[in-house]
Amino acid sequence: MSELVLQVKDLKVSFSTVDGVVQAVNGISFDVRKGQTLGIVGESGSGKSVTASAIMGLINRNSADMSGSILLGGLDVLTAQEREIRALRGREAAMVFQDPMSALNPYYTVGKQIAEAYEVHHPNSSKKERQLVALDMLAKVGLPKPSECIDEYPHQFSGGMRQRIVIAIALVNNPRLLIADEPTTALDVTVQAQILELMMSLQQEFGSAIILITHDLGVVAEVADEVMVMYAGQTMESSKVQTLFDAPSHPYTRGLLGSVRSLDNSERGALHTIAGNPPSMISLPGGCPFHPRCEFAASMNGLCSSVQPTLRVLPTTGSESACHLNDDQLLSLGRGVIHD
Amino acid sequence: MTSPVVLEAKNLVKYFPTVSKGLLQRSTDSVKAVDGVSVQVRAGQTLGVVGESGCGKSTLARLLMRLLPPTSGTVLLDGADITSLTGRELRAVRAKIQMVFQDPVASLNPRHSVGQIIGTPLKFLKENSASGAKEHVQELMALVGLNPEHYNRYPHEFSGGQRQRIGIARALAVGPQVIVADEPVSALDVSIQAQVLNLMEKLQRDLGLSYVFIAHDLSVVRHIADEIIVMYLGKVVESGTPKDVYSAPSHPYTQALLSAIPLADPRAAGTHKRMVLTGDVPSPIDPPSGCRFRTRCPRAQDLCALEEPALIDRGQGHPVACHFPG
Amino acid sequence: MIAYLTRRILFAGVLLLAVSLFTFLVFALLPTDPAALTCGKVCTPERIEANRTRLGYDQPLLTQYGKFLKGIVGGRTYGEGQGEFTCGAPSLGYSFSQKDCVTSLIARTLPVTGSIAIGGFVLWMIFGIGLGMVSALKRGRWPDRLISIVSVVGLSFPTFFLALLLLFIFVIWSQFLPFPSYVSPTEDFFGWCQALLLPWLTITIISSPYYIRLTRFGMLETMNEDYVRLGIAKGLKRWTVLRKYVLRSALIPIVTVAGLDFGATLGGAVFTESIFSLPGMGRLSIKAVSDSDLPVLVGTTLVAATFIVLFNLLTDIFYGFVDPRVRIHK
Repeated sequence: MSELVLQVKDLKVSFSTVDGVVQAVNGISFDVRKGQTLGIVGESGSGKSVTASAIMGLINRNSADMSGSILLGGLDVLTAQEREIRALRGREAAMVFQDPMSALNPYYTVGKQIAEAYEVHHPNSSKKERQLVALDMLAKVGLPKPSECIDEYPHQFSGGMRQRIVIAIALVNNPRLLIADEPTTALDVTVQAQILELMMSLQQEFGSAIILITHDLGVVAEVADEVMVMYAGQTMESSKVQTLFDAPSHPYTRGLLGSVRSLDNSERGALHTIAGNPPSMISLPGGCPFHPRCEFAASMNGLCSSVQPTLRVLPTTGSESACHLNDDQLLSLGRGVIHD
Repeated sequence: MTSPVVLEAKNLVKYFPTVSKGLLQRSTDSVKAVDGVSVQVRAGQTLGVVGESGCGKSTLARLLMRLLPPTSGTVLLDGADITSLTGRELRAVRAKIQMVFQDPVASLNPRHSVGQIIGTPLKFLKENSASGAKEHVQELMALVGLNPEHYNRYPHEFSGGQRQRIGIARALAVGPQVIVADEPVSALDVSIQAQVLNLMEKLQRDLGLSYVFIAHDLSVVRHIADEIIVMYLGKVVESGTPKDVYSAPSHPYTQALLSAIPLADPRAAGTHKRMVLTGDVPSPIDPPSGCRFRTRCPRAQDLCALEEPALIDRGQGHPVACHFPG
Repeated sequence: MIAYLTRRILFAGVLLLAVSLFTFLVFALLPTDPAALTCGKVCTPERIEANRTRLGYDQPLLTQYGKFLKGIVGGRTYGEGQGEFTCGAPSLGYSFSQKDCVTSLIARTLPVTGSIAIGGFVLWMIFGIGLGMVSALKRGRWPDRLISIVSVVGLSFPTFFLALLLLFIFVIWSQFLPFPSYVSPTEDFFGWCQALLLPWLTITIISSPYYIRLTRFGMLETMNEDYVRLGIAKGLKRWTVLRKYVLRSALIPIVTVAGLDFGATLGGAVFTESIFSLPGMGRLSIKAVSDSDLPVLVGTTLVAATFIVLFNLLTDIFYGFVDPRVRIHK
C-alpha cells in the first residue's frame, strides 16, 4: 500500500447556534493514500463540506466543538498551533472551492494571486521567479494566452476559466493532498467535463491524492477510486468505486443509486425516490440517522431507532457498512437496483 | 401529438440594450438573449427546454410568461395573441400561465406563512371569500403532498423539497393551464429531485396541465418531456421527441451535451468516449457569424461562418440547425 | 478611463449649475423683500427703491440669475458714481446686514469650518474604523459588546448636549483645556489642536458610531467570502489576509460614505460651531437665517453643495482607481 497522506479518526464537529447545537459531523474516520482519489458523497447537510474545512483547519476553534484527530503532514490539525497549520496549507493540503465566481480576490490580478500562494512556501523567491511560476501554472491548467491572462482580473474570466485559476493556485506548491469541494457543481455540464478531465490529468502529473466532495454519483463514478457515503454527519458506507455501484451495501446508497439510475435510464413513469426529507441537524433521530426514511427499518423491531449501527466490514465485498441488516441482506441490496 | 396547441411562440426575439460606455453618447450594442425562437406547447404535454447558462432559456420563460416584452415576435395563448396585452387583460392571462422558480428559498417571502403564500395569488386573480380561500389552500397543500395542518408555518420551517412543493401549490392556486418551470429541481438533492418530478407528473395527469420545463440537465428533461428543444446562444439548435434527441442526436452541441453527463457507472466511465468541447460560450453581445456554434464545433467548415443553418429536417426525422448533421 | 473622468466632471459641472439655479430660485421666491432688508431701521420707501435698482432686484429673475452667474465668473460691481463698490470674482453677492461681500465672508469663515471638519474627520475615521475592526475581530466577546454599548450611548446624545457636557468636563470643571477658539494652524499648530479639540471630539463621538457599524458589518461580511477562505487555505498569515483580502473590500464602501460626510461637514458644522462660538460657515448660515440675509444664504448653500458634489466626484474617481471591476471598461 502506498504512503498515508491523511488519517481522520472519529472526527466530530458541532456548532452552537441560537436554535441549538448543530451536529455537523458525528464521528467519521477515513484514510487517504498517495495518488488515491477518495470521493465523499452526500446530500446537503451531510457534513461533507464541514469535514473538508476541518481538514484545512478552517474551522474557528472558538465557534465549534471538535474532537477526534486529523493527522496531516505529521501533525494533528485539531490541536496544532495556527503557525504550524499555516505551514501545512498549500503544501500538504490545498483546496478548491465550489463557486469559482466568488473564490478569487476581485482586487488583485490572477497572476498576483498565484504568485502570492507560491511565495508562502518559497519566501526567498524573486519576483521574476514567481512571475514565471504563475505563467507556467496558467499554461498547465489550460488558459489560452497565459502571458495576457496573468495581468487580468478575475471578473474578466468565465466560470470555467476561474475554476482553472483556482486549481492553479491550489497546485502551485505541489500539495500532497487536493481537497475539491463540489468543484464542478456551479459549472455547466460541458465545462464540468473539461474541469474533471483537467483535474485527472494534473493528478497524473503532480501525483497528488484527491478528496473529491460531491453530491453527484456520476462525478464519483468518473474519477474516484474509493467512495465514502455520508448521511447526517456519519459514514453510511465506504467502498471501492466499482463495488459501490455494483453492490451497494447500505439502504441509503441503494436509494441514491436508484434515484440517479432511474433518472439516467427510464424515459417515462415514476422515478425511484427516497421517501421523506433529510433530518434536522439539531435534533437528529435516535439510533441510525437514516431510519425514518429507510424501507427496511420497520421490519427490524425497533432496533434501528434505538441502537446506532457501527461500521463493519463485509467479508465478501470488502465494503464497510453501518447498517443493522445482516451480511446476506446487505449483499442482496445490489440486486434490487435498476440496471440498464 | 394530436392534442391541441395551448401556448405558442412565433419567432420570438429579445435584445437587451447594454449600457453606454462612450463620452455622452449611447452605444447601440445589445445582448441577443433570444433570437428567433418558435415553440409550441400542447395540452397536457411537456415542452422541455435545455441549454447551458447564457443560452437564453430563462429569458424565453419570461417571454412566454409575458413578464418581459419581446423585441419582436408573438406569443399566442389558445390561439389568441397575448403579446401586447396590459393591465386587466394581462392579469387574466396570468391566471392561465403560472411560474415555478428554481430557488424555492429566494422565491418565497420569508415573512409570510405558507397559507398566505399560496393564498395570495387568489386575492389578485379571483373573487373568493376568506373562509373558502383557506379551505382551497389546504386542499392545494394536500394535493402537492404537504400537511394541510402546516398552514400557519413559515418557509424556513420547511426543507428544500417541501419549499418547492409550496412553490408548486402557489402556482396551482389560480387553476392555470400552463406552468412554466424554470429549473425547478436544480437546487434540490438527488433523492428529492425525483420526488418533485414524480409530483409534477402526477399533477399533469390529474389536472391536465401543460408544462414548459426548463433545465440545464438533460437527464431530468428526458424523463418528463414530450418535446425537447436544445438552445445555444439564443437559438434552437435541435428539437424533437426525447427519443429523437437522445437516441439520434444530430447537432454536435446536443451530442457534446449528452456525452458530458457523467454516468453513475464506473465501467462506462472507462469505455465511453467523451466529446469535450473546447473554450467557452461566446459573448451574446457579438455572437459568431453564420452558425453560432461554429467556434467550438469539431465539424465546422467554411460554410458555417458564411451561412446560418436553418432549423429543418435534413433526413434525421427531426429538425436540426446544422449544415453537417451527423 | 479618461472618457469616464471627463464624463464625471462634466456631469458634476451640470449638477452644480442646476443646484445654483435651484438655490437662487428658492430664495428669490421667498416672501421676503430683499431690498427692504438693505437699509436697516431708518428707512424710507425711496431709499428702498433706490437700493432695489442699485442691486438689480427690480429686474426679471432670470436676468438676476444671469448676473449672479456672471458675478461668480468675473466679479460684480454694484451701484454707480459715489456709491459704487465691487465684489471681486468669484462674487456671490453682497450682504447688507454684514456690509461685506459674501465671498469675503465665506473666505473668512471657511478656514474655521475647514479646521473643524478636517480634524474631526481624521479622528472619527480613526476611531470609527479602528473600533469597528476590533469589534469585528472580537465578535460576540466583551470588546465587541463594550464598543457597541459605548457607540449607542454616543449616538443617542444630542449634539448640543454632548458639546455642553464636554465643555463642562474639560473647560469648566477640570480646566484641562481652554475655551475653544480659532487659531491659525500655520501660526501655532499645537494651539490650533488644543483650541479645536473639543469640537473635534464632539464630531467624533457623534459620527464614529456609524463608521464602527459600517466597518464591523463590512468586515464580517467579507470574512465569510470564499476568496478570504481561499486566502487562508493558501497558508497566508492572518494579518496578511486581513490586510489584503478583508480590509480592502470592507473599506471601499466606507470611503464613499466618508467622502460625502466630509463634504457635508465642510459646508458647516452648525451645532458645534454655535455652541463653541466658533466663527465658521455654519454660524454664518445661522446668522443669515435669523437676519433674512438672502445673499449670504444663497452663497453658503451653494458652497456647501459644491463641497458635497466635489467629494462625491472624488470618491467616484477613487472607486475607479481601486476597484478593477469599475476601472476596466472594455
